[in-house]
Amino acid sequence: MLGIIIGVASVIAMLAIGEGSKESIRTTISSMGSNMITIKAGADVRGGVRQEASVMESLTLSDYEAIKAQSTLLSYSSPVVDGRGQVINGSNNWPSSIYGVNPEYLNIKVVGLQSGSMFTDTEVQTAAKVAVIGQTVVENVFPDGQDPVGQMIRFNNIPFKVIGVLEEKGENTFGQDQDDVFIAPYTTVQKRILAIDHLNQIMSSAISEEDAPNAVLEVSEILREQHKLTDTDTDDFTVRSMEELISTFSSTSEMLTILLVAVASISLLIGGIGIMNIMYVSVKERTKEIGLRMAVGGKGSDILMQFLIEAILISITGGILGVILGLGATVFIEKFLNWPTSVAMYSIVISFVVCAVTGIFFGWYPARKASALDPITALRYE
Amino acid sequence: MSKAIIKIEDLKREFTMGTETVHALRGISFDIKEGEFVTIMGSSGSGKSTMLNILGCLDQPTSGTYEIDGVRVKDLSRNELATIRNEKIGFIFQSYNLLARTSAIENVELPLLYNSKVSTEERRKRAIEALEKVGLGERLHHTPSQLSGGQQQRVAIARSLVNNPVMILADEATGNLDTRTSYEIMALFQELNKQGITITFVTHEPDIATFSSRTIVLKDGEVMQDYENHNIQSAANELAKLPKQDD
Repeated sequence: MLGIIIGVASVIAMLAIGEGSKESIRTTISSMGSNMITIKAGADVRGGVRQEASVMESLTLSDYEAIKAQSTLLSYSSPVVDGRGQVINGSNNWPSSIYGVNPEYLNIKVVGLQSGSMFTDTEVQTAAKVAVIGQTVVENVFPDGQDPVGQMIRFNNIPFKVIGVLEEKGENTFGQDQDDVFIAPYTTVQKRILAIDHLNQIMSSAISEEDAPNAVLEVSEILREQHKLTDTDTDDFTVRSMEELISTFSSTSEMLTILLVAVASISLLIGGIGIMNIMYVSVKERTKEIGLRMAVGGKGSDILMQFLIEAILISITGGILGVILGLGATVFIEKFLNWPTSVAMYSIVISFVVCAVTGIFFGWYPARKASALDPITALRYE
Repeated sequence: MSKAIIKIEDLKREFTMGTETVHALRGISFDIKEGEFVTIMGSSGSGKSTMLNILGCLDQPTSGTYEIDGVRVKDLSRNELATIRNEKIGFIFQSYNLLARTSAIENVELPLLYNSKVSTEERRKRAIEALEKVGLGERLHHTPSQLSGGQQQRVAIARSLVNNPVMILADEATGNLDTRTSYEIMALFQELNKQGITITFVTHEPDIATFSSRTIVLKDGEVMQDYENHNIQSAANELAKLPKQDD
């Protein structure tokens, strides 16, 4: 009984820890922006010369609005206009990149604010001169440790009010400093800095990594429609997902699932062997009782039924208690060890069913042996 | 002459041990009549255990016939033998063989559990009656560990009575008890015998035989002696003669 309880409980607790870790690893990988989708204007050919995408002006705000309105697999989208320039604060200056975006950009990039706040949709609409800056910019234009939030600084000649500072993110896989950014409303950047009305990019994030490839197809459809391309025309834009990150994500996920399955099967196997031992010993130590029951008229089938019913009762009550204990242990681990846990319904069902089935099988096997005993031998058994 | 409930004719039982054949019983014949109190005596190896197993329908003879209450036991299946044991025989063992952690009354009810003709209420009623008959009416719910050896054997006797068997088969039923308690148990057997219950008692203690009405002595698988006891000792009187205990 104890064996079954501990078997079921440990499987549930192990799987809960495993699932929890899996979730937390998935979240970590997701924070690298693995579900990010970038849409750029496509390379066009003018007079036989291929043009760089950034000089194209084919991506517009109405494309962004169409994507925003029609897509079903995207959770966030933001227009992006970008350029280089000098950030100036008094006597300090620093060359940086300016990104004109909307407030959803931080969700797409999965980056938080260290202090201050992000600008709002209203500030985007009014083309407010507000900015959120990265750590590298802060270090270089506020060298004396001043709190940048609330300060006025200039980008080229345009004054901006710093309203937020981004969390440190470090370099990305290509060695680009992700903290060397100057983020402002895209309307402001379009009008005051770049003087353009098209978009350089649209950035979006798919609902999940698994949805990213389909989201790419969906966005392409929307844009083809939007740009009135016929079936024979090639795309005048490119839609890209983070394929490398996605494959890292899915292979890690898969590995963790395999690991979990392995751990669970070993636990269940051990639990099953425990059950077998208990049932076997129970029959063994009651050989004399079996002999007596046979002597007073118990038939083989009566003995078989008795032990089978006992095995079923023990397995099922043990299973139920094990589920309760396992859930309790999971709560304990979560509360006191601060490990991420997540109880999957399947782990409860599987461990309960496997323990019940092994319990019944390993109860049935010794019970069968018991029912086939010779009453004389059984009676004399010590 | 009362009716013979056990008829044994030229009964043989052989065991094959490797290449050797052991003749445990070499042609035994006797009858046991209703109301008799028979002791089967014999030293170890005389075949009395084999005899007991066959009498108790736990084993089948190699040849010869065994009839209990008009049923020929030979060639019955395992399940049919179980039914005969359940309905016609009451077993009493040397080591009581009660179920531990189970109350006296539940132990006594056990044989009736395997008899679907008996209802739950009747089972309980008959178990209480049987326990009252052996003088344990006050200890229905005690478990074996709460009872003395003599009391445990009484529970076992009650268990053997509960299915109204045609014969009680006792295997060294006093072997684990001290003299005083065994006389008490023998007195109970004599009492039950007077009420008309047939008892077959397998033992190797000669003084137990003096309480019975007939003794069959086995030796090397054959009946050596079979005599009526005309001078039956009363176990109750013997008990009275024993020095008083201080308790």
